[in-house]
Amino acid sequence: MAEHQEDVHEVHRHPAPTGFIRKYIFSIDHKVIGIQYIMLALAAVIVGMIMSLLMRLNLSWPGTSWPILETLFPTGAPGGVMTPEFYLSLVTMHGTIMVFFVLTTAPQGGFGNYFLPIQIGAEDMAFPYLNMLSFWVTLVGFIVILLAIFVEGNQSLGEAFTALGPSFAGGSGTVGPIGGWTGYAPLSTLGKIAGPGQGAGMNLWVISIAIFCVGSLLGALNFITTLLNMRTKGMSLMRMPLTCWAWFTTAVLALLSFPVLLGGGILMLLDRIAGTSFFIPSGLYVSGLLSGTNPNFPLHTGGSPILWQHLFWFFGHPEVYIAILPGMGATSHILATFARKPVFGYRAMVFAIFAIGLLGFFVWGHHMFISGMSPYSAIAFSVLTLSIGVPSAVKTFNWLGTLWGARIRFTTAMLFAIGFVSLFVAGGITGLILGQSSLDLPMHDTYIVPAHFHLVMGVASIFGMFAALYFWFPKMFGRFMNETIGRIHFWITFIGVYTIFVPMHIMGIVGMPRRYSSFTEYRFLDSLHPLVVLVSVAAIVTITVQLLFYFNVFWSIFKGKKVTNDNPWEATTLEWTTATPPPHDNFAGVLPVVYHGPYEFAVPGAPKDYIMQTDTTAEVPSGNGHNGKH
Amino acid sequence: MGRVLAVIIWIITLLSVLLFVSGKWWFPEGISSHAPALDRQFMITIVVVGIAFAAAQIGLGWTVWKYRDTGASADRAIYTHGSNRLEVLWTVITAVVFITLGLMGQSVWASLRLNDAPPGSYTVEVVAQQFQWNFHYAGKDNKFGRTDPKFIDDGSLNFIGLDANDATGADDSVISSLVIPVGRPVELRLRSKDVIHNFWVPQLRFKQDLVPGMEIKVHFTANKIGKYELACAELCGQLHFKMRSYMLVLPEQDVQALQQMPQEQFQARMAELLNQYQLPTY
Amino acid sequence: MATMVSTRPVIQKGAGGGPGMPGPNGNGSKRGPFREPDSRANRYRIGMWVGLASIAMMFTSLSSAYIVRSGTAADWVPLRIPRVMFLSTALILISSVTIEVARRKLKQGFTERYSRYLLLTGILGVAFLGAQIISWRQLASQGIYVATHPHSSFFYLLTGAHGVHIAGGLLALGVLWLRSRRKSGNSPGFAATRQATADAVSIYWHFMDGLWIYLFLLLILWR
Repeated sequence: MAEHQEDVHEVHRHPAPTGFIRKYIFSIDHKVIGIQYIMLALAAVIVGMIMSLLMRLNLSWPGTSWPILETLFPTGAPGGVMTPEFYLSLVTMHGTIMVFFVLTTAPQGGFGNYFLPIQIGAEDMAFPYLNMLSFWVTLVGFIVILLAIFVEGNQSLGEAFTALGPSFAGGSGTVGPIGGWTGYAPLSTLGKIAGPGQGAGMNLWVISIAIFCVGSLLGALNFITTLLNMRTKGMSLMRMPLTCWAWFTTAVLALLSFPVLLGGGILMLLDRIAGTSFFIPSGLYVSGLLSGTNPNFPLHTGGSPILWQHLFWFFGHPEVYIAILPGMGATSHILATFARKPVFGYRAMVFAIFAIGLLGFFVWGHHMFISGMSPYSAIAFSVLTLSIGVPSAVKTFNWLGTLWGARIRFTTAMLFAIGFVSLFVAGGITGLILGQSSLDLPMHDTYIVPAHFHLVMGVASIFGMFAALYFWFPKMFGRFMNETIGRIHFWITFIGVYTIFVPMHIMGIVGMPRRYSSFTEYRFLDSLHPLVVLVSVAAIVTITVQLLFYFNVFWSIFKGKKVTNDNPWEATTLEWTTATPPPHDNFAGVLPVVYHGPYEFAVPGAPKDYIMQTDTTAEVPSGNGHNGKH
Repeated sequence: MGRVLAVIIWIITLLSVLLFVSGKWWFPEGISSHAPALDRQFMITIVVVGIAFAAAQIGLGWTVWKYRDTGASADRAIYTHGSNRLEVLWTVITAVVFITLGLMGQSVWASLRLNDAPPGSYTVEVVAQQFQWNFHYAGKDNKFGRTDPKFIDDGSLNFIGLDANDATGADDSVISSLVIPVGRPVELRLRSKDVIHNFWVPQLRFKQDLVPGMEIKVHFTANKIGKYELACAELCGQLHFKMRSYMLVLPEQDVQALQQMPQEQFQARMAELLNQYQLPTY
Repeated sequence: MATMVSTRPVIQKGAGGGPGMPGPNGNGSKRGPFREPDSRANRYRIGMWVGLASIAMMFTSLSSAYIVRSGTAADWVPLRIPRVMFLSTALILISSVTIEVARRKLKQGFTERYSRYLLLTGILGVAFLGAQIISWRQLASQGIYVATHPHSSFFYLLTGAHGVHIAGGLLALGVLWLRSRRKSGNSPGFAATRQATADAVSIYWHFMDGLWIYLFLLLILWR
């Protein structure tokens, strides 16, 4: 036992780093790594937003010449007018960059890395060097996918890449592959003969995703081990903040789903480079060439395009829960803090997070109802999909219960957390439509699908990140973000995103198909043009106001109002017990001891309306209020 | 701030609901035999969705209005960690509503997908390619000629690879538009030459992927004569947006007459008919 | 709402030192002992199991692709497994024994034998990879490459992916062995950490062995 005691209370081994490189660049400190992930996401989201802006311009004012495009991409946008393949490459890269490098980095690798160890009372993650490695691997993945923009967009660079092999032929004038972020085979496996951008751009896409998988898996390993092994004295699982439960479940989802994508990606790369036929069937005739009759189109036999879909969506569905769960955790946490009330139904919230995570593995087929897979499995997937709405609804009820009887303080963080609830309901509820196999018959691949997933991922999840940033910024940087600018940011973004995505549902009902670079070919779409323009105008405004947000972030890091109190929001969890910003080992050598649950607000008879988890003087009633359990 | 937030949430809710119920933009008229059941299921679903959406947003607005901290009283928030009874109650209710909806939503699917096309269906082979549709009609002998990819030659217009040596194929026609008889079950045999495409006519309330390497059989019945736009609904390359064709639903005898014609006559007559019939007004 | 609390104070006296004073276990945890933190050394074992879960998922996805692909088309031509693979299987089985012996010797305090058995395991691991490479070359000499037919594609892929992971394991073995040659440290917790890392690497190695048996049987039996 003596050894165990020493083993546990060992003073933090690494002395604080000195020197700019060890402190800010190649740092093993989870706090620095967390900020690095957030910065990566902030950079990636700019690229993604510019791409979506260009897409909206093309859809609303087709045929217009945009001079800047002519300068940058003379092949992809001759005369400044986007070619269809240029548009499709924007669609593909926007989706890929946003889903992977924004939604799978900042909520988990960013805020999770920074605050999980502190919230459980640990000095760092279990494997700090692995943590650093996972960030840099992710960054390399980002660089590789950005490379696709240049290799496809630039003629000479594209031709240089062809030296690596025929499937690396680039320079088609697009900004990357054109197969969508889902990369369905065989379009994605046939190379340039199937379309521009499908050469080098597609190879770089697969390689980037494979690298990202590795980075993500390393991170997930760290999160799970840290949470299981390094909780401080008194921090039982049911005393953890809901943010920790969310990060934990997200890490488990990542651990079990990313390897499947990696497997599929390897198979796809082999099909493209090594001439295998995992996903490519026999007897194809593409661009005037029959399979096996031309060096540009080697012989393929017997592969299954649907196999790619199964592998991709087995990953793809848990991935979207990876994107939203941290936001749910942050929302619960922030709602309780600024409602000055415990989270309503903490235990139910934990079970709901588990249920969402677990069920998330059994519903991937709802992306494939009309793919040609067995119609019997479609029925099973459909019923399971509708059942996953139940834990999500339970969470919504509990958020409303948290606000009921509250004393709400409307900080910017709180506004975004409330906005999360509103947007999550709006987006999630249309899952009831898309999850039914019958209704998928008219709705598949129409605009109701992006309407649904943007509201949950591209807005609700983002609002979770905004809320987290406004909330934790003071602890991270010792300064507040500007509340006035924050409010303007909130109002315009909140109203803006609804204006963008609610009309998209209507577009989907009328029948507007996804991934069309132009809607001018079909008469049944003509009536939608005013809505298309409305959406684009709203998008332009909403994207512009994010500039204010960026200004607020970077200005406040250096010039924001200084924090004078380690716990400015009067919150209860462990990150608010430590210095601002926390020292290198988080707790200055003395690990905290936890006596209470994470959300002891408004305890009757307590001197203040909150009791911190480390508070040794306060008594919290057992029985009533805790439902007898704590 | 709480009141403003509540009002904005309610206005957004109201405008969203109005957009849906305005009727200005909605599904085009359904013409297939399963369309009424499908549209009914959609209406039930959208009503449930609408009620849930509105109730949640109204509830959210109400809580942020009523429970904003006005600083007026020194009272704290209500101290409670929740209610097991409520949790059970709303879990059960939600589960019952959602799962019922889910089970109801299987009936149209089952009727279309779990059984083969009824005997006596009118059969057309559909072969999709980047970026056109090829519809293969069985001709006078009502038998489809043999096809093989090795015979495909886009240059000489043998798009689907008809075997020139096969007698049953001699009278077949391959046209770029679909023509089917009204009121009679239609079976489509869906194939693809290159990548995944998707057959879609909005008025049919029906979609299916065409997967290379597979022959997928689907069936439906169209009940209204007319001309309808046909679109590709699975990303297939840069001209995916332009992969358009038409579906003509004609009286049975007109379709039979067409089927008797050789390729060039069939094609010419189709062009005339496509001019003659108008798209629905939208 | 019987369980909702009004704002009336309901502080109950617990088994503590009276109102205002924390009980022996602190407040809020009157049911059950204080949760003691886990030992630092355990994280290596936990981390390894977690990592193995993800490796298992990847090979599961490749296996399911294998099974699906074997059923979809007529071009499935199962190849004859090179005989040398039976040798590599034997080698890896023995190496599992040697690493387990190494691990136990360390536990019993025989650090010198621990080091020797680690080395032996490493040698067997290298021999395993060598045998795998020989089997690849045998296939190549018969004209069977990655793209020849689907069974060969999976053959190369599965053995290759497994081999990459064995190489990683050899790296870890090498690090362990080098460390075992250095004089023991005497900082607190050193022994526990050393045992934990040895445990973790042997868990990994056993898993790779088991994975090989599974892949070997899959390639032979599912045809």
